[in-house]
Amino acid sequence: MSNERVNIAVQRRTVLKAGLAIGAMQVTSPFVVKSLADEPVKIGLDNPLTGTYAALGKNELIGCQLALDQINAKGGILGRKADLLVEDSTSGDAGTAVEKARKLIDRDKVDFLVGNINSALAAAIANVSYEKSVFHVVPGGHTDPITGANCHWNVFRVCNTTQMEANAVAGTLIKTAGKKWYYITPDYAFGHTLQAGLEKACTALGGAKVGGDLTPLGTTDFSSYLIKAQAANPDVIIFLVAGDDAVNALKQAVQFGLDKKYHLAGAQQELEVLLGLPPEARIGTWVFEWYWKQPNLPHLAEFVADIRKRSGGHVPTARTWFGYAAIWTCQLAAAQAKSLDPLKMAKAMQGFKLPPEVSLMPDGAFYRAAQNQLIPDLYVGNAQQAPKGGDREDLFNVTEIVKGQTAAGTLEDTGCKMTWPS
Amino acid sequence: MNSADFRKQAPNIVIWLLLLAMPFWLVGVGGYVELGTRVVVLGLAAMSLNFLLGYTGVLSFGHAAYFGLGAYGAGMIIRYVVPNTGLGILVGTLVGTLAAAIIGPLIIRLRGVYFAMVTIAFGQVFYFIAFRWNSVTGGDDGLIGWTRQPIDLGFTRIDILHNPTAFYYLVLICFALAVGIMAWLLRSPFGRTLIAIRENERRARFLGIPVDRHIWISWVISCCFVSLAGALYALLNNFVDPRALYWTQSGDFVIMAVLGGMRSFWGPLLGAAIFVILQDYLSSQTENWMSFLGLFFVLVVLFFPRGILGLMRRKAVT
Amino acid sequence: MTQLVLFDAFNGLIVGAFYALMALGLSLILNLSGVINFAHGGFLALGGYFAYMLIPYVGFWGALILAPFLVAFLGIIVERVLIRRLYGRDPLYSLLLTFGLAFIFEDGTRFIWGAQSLPYQVPGWLLSPLSSAYFFITGYRLFMVLIVAVAVTAMFLILNYTKIGIRIRAGTLDLETVSVLGVNVRMLRSLNFGLGVYLAGLAGVLAVGQLGLQPTIGASLIMPSFVAIIVGGLGSLPGTLLGGLLIGVASGVTTVFWPSATEAVIYVMMAAVLLVRPRGLLGEEGRF
Repeated sequence: MSNERVNIAVQRRTVLKAGLAIGAMQVTSPFVVKSLADEPVKIGLDNPLTGTYAALGKNELIGCQLALDQINAKGGILGRKADLLVEDSTSGDAGTAVEKARKLIDRDKVDFLVGNINSALAAAIANVSYEKSVFHVVPGGHTDPITGANCHWNVFRVCNTTQMEANAVAGTLIKTAGKKWYYITPDYAFGHTLQAGLEKACTALGGAKVGGDLTPLGTTDFSSYLIKAQAANPDVIIFLVAGDDAVNALKQAVQFGLDKKYHLAGAQQELEVLLGLPPEARIGTWVFEWYWKQPNLPHLAEFVADIRKRSGGHVPTARTWFGYAAIWTCQLAAAQAKSLDPLKMAKAMQGFKLPPEVSLMPDGAFYRAAQNQLIPDLYVGNAQQAPKGGDREDLFNVTEIVKGQTAAGTLEDTGCKMTWPS
Repeated sequence: MNSADFRKQAPNIVIWLLLLAMPFWLVGVGGYVELGTRVVVLGLAAMSLNFLLGYTGVLSFGHAAYFGLGAYGAGMIIRYVVPNTGLGILVGTLVGTLAAAIIGPLIIRLRGVYFAMVTIAFGQVFYFIAFRWNSVTGGDDGLIGWTRQPIDLGFTRIDILHNPTAFYYLVLICFALAVGIMAWLLRSPFGRTLIAIRENERRARFLGIPVDRHIWISWVISCCFVSLAGALYALLNNFVDPRALYWTQSGDFVIMAVLGGMRSFWGPLLGAAIFVILQDYLSSQTENWMSFLGLFFVLVVLFFPRGILGLMRRKAVT
Repeated sequence: MTQLVLFDAFNGLIVGAFYALMALGLSLILNLSGVINFAHGGFLALGGYFAYMLIPYVGFWGALILAPFLVAFLGIIVERVLIRRLYGRDPLYSLLLTFGLAFIFEDGTRFIWGAQSLPYQVPGWLLSPLSSAYFFITGYRLFMVLIVAVAVTAMFLILNYTKIGIRIRAGTLDLETVSVLGVNVRMLRSLNFGLGVYLAGLAGVLAVGQLGLQPTIGASLIMPSFVAIIVGGLGSLPGTLLGGLLIGVASGVTTVFWPSATEAVIYVMMAAVLLVRPRGLLGEEGRF
């Protein structure tokens, strides 16, 4: 989505709404009109639109845009119009991502920075936002240090840490699938921390690791790893690979008939991956970070309908929600602090609970104080083929909702020692 | 200085003045200082590549490997050994140069596309090392947890971390040094020999010139300065990741050189400037920027094979 | 342990056959026209997407036959409109052109079909393992090897026994003489490019049975193909085939002992070959 297109779309809509608002406000309060005409509040999105993470980035963008339109419809940020400046960070080129972050901060003078899906790029641009003291929301980069050992006062994260995901799923797996686990783990920080988290949780529950392999990111052929997994004869093969790697690994595991011999499972799974798999490979026990089907949850139906209007009929995924929650976090921070001062906003968000129409979860979600990590619900369940007569994107059956607080561990465990500027 | 001399020197003077004043005028035209730094760093990489490509006639498609080695060298020194920017730059450059010197003999006998292929393939070795050796390089997550350090000159400390302009001038000094050496080399008998090899290798061989050794030296010099650019690039981002060594990065360097003009000394710098600004601009305008950039490559190859400076020079002649 | 090594070696052969298919296409184009086709991965992805589009209309088998031809057709157009202009110029230019094309292909496929990987289904009976002990030999993988074998045999027959094939081989050795003898070299190069791209398209159709169909699917497959060509010997098609199989086995077996070196090992192999025998295993003397 081009920057300009976004702006134009937003402007047209805002002009319409502003017109309506003027009509209404002439009776009530004429002051807001003046402030809407002020310089807009700028939110910079530095997220992948090309490369491996393009599909995820696209969904986050859709969520961001919905949130932005809702915010502007409700009076903007501190009464000023909100603008979203979109930059393609690419999927893996830190040089570009860092440059874009600088461009947004130095030249465009954004008040908020949002990004990135790739944990490495998220860490790299967090360096920049920290150096320049800009309020920064990471929508979907999972590795623990971002709100752990490398946490910063100005960096907030919407998606879970890998440790939380591991804790959420471990109990169910031991109960239903068995105690001997074999790991197929992507060889980078996300995979390492996820596996370490699972091993810890598994041992605590009496399970054991019977083997494992680190596969490089971007592996296309998993056959040799699967051969080794079979030789170890586990109860469960744990797939921690993500994105396209997960598509390849699961496709091949099912072709080898491993799903008939072992339980296939993992921690984090995404709707985007399940959509890319042929129906017979939509199997296994996983954690979803958000799901679009939650019975009797207020505000959810409107959200799904709004997203469908923007995505060509597709349902929102966890990524869509990350983007949505990230942009709303910016608005809420400003509203809570009654200021755009990054330090005041960061302080105001300590322990802040998202309103239900944003969190869209049965137990809600809050930013844990002194860590800046959102603590949401986690959805444990099984991948499934789309039910007959149901929605063809209903590919996950939630069996258990785990409260974030039980999965999150203690603050000391996270390794975050936050220092505040004096 | 007589007028002919002056005319010859005028472009050089203009370019140096523009570079020296960049932090001041760039902001005025809607840029920001780091963008200028990026142009100078990538321009240095492209000019170093062109030492081999334009002046020796040897096509390397694997220079990103040495660029990346320089980057990792600098980053790792600061991260693991001593927090000293100068030492980081020095070691980064040395690491890249050394790797190039060792690999050189394996590949200098090849020519043309085959040389290009083998340089790509060797470049990928370093890419995979950086990518898989997680415990040291940080793997795909990149080398984090370090920043460029203030420069201690004894009488004063210069904070290059929070002052982008100061860092720009540090980069410019390195750039001037490297470019000065390359210009001096090209004017020396050694440089003339390289051009002779480019023009007609067989004739050069008949004249008794040890062609392979000259190509090897030119390769090492080129890789040395590209490593320096890499070290500066790491400092610019306060971050290194394996993508800096990926073969598509090499392709970007080649297109910068061709775009500006391979046969002219300053061409690659101009090419780098256009490339960086174009990519920056396109990718803010449309998510399909890769198509436009690709199309741009195709158009350059088909219609401006001599690059922009080449085109201007031809216009001037006719 | 021995069993594991044997399994992996065998499995490596299957993977290697696939690399070889890709590498042969690259090699054909490189040998006759001196062009490194960086867009090869893009053509591979197109093969997959074309097959995906065709399956609802002509079924899996129809797509398997039609999609590569469509890719070849597109390849010939690209050759005629763009690449042809650069023959005889510095190889640098054709390199940059295909580099740019690779960008356009990746972005174009994303623009048309989206970034989301698409579900691609192969017939159910191909999907099960042949025996439970040799579970990694599935019907589909065996089928893949079979197709590769057929394609490679057909290609060698074409190159050795048809007029066009013999001209292509002759052109590889000395294009000038072939041209003087009255052969339409332009036509020859077009067809040859089409043949090479056809193999990429075929590899694409086969790949999506195992891999996720998304725009960057070809990117990670192109480098092993390069190495296959260098190891096997520049200019030699049998060499390319051998190179592909060798690197498949080498990386397969390495997985057993030292998984982190799985990719690096093929480059180490390449360095060793260049050091001991610079022209590659089956390369001809003095061709570069």
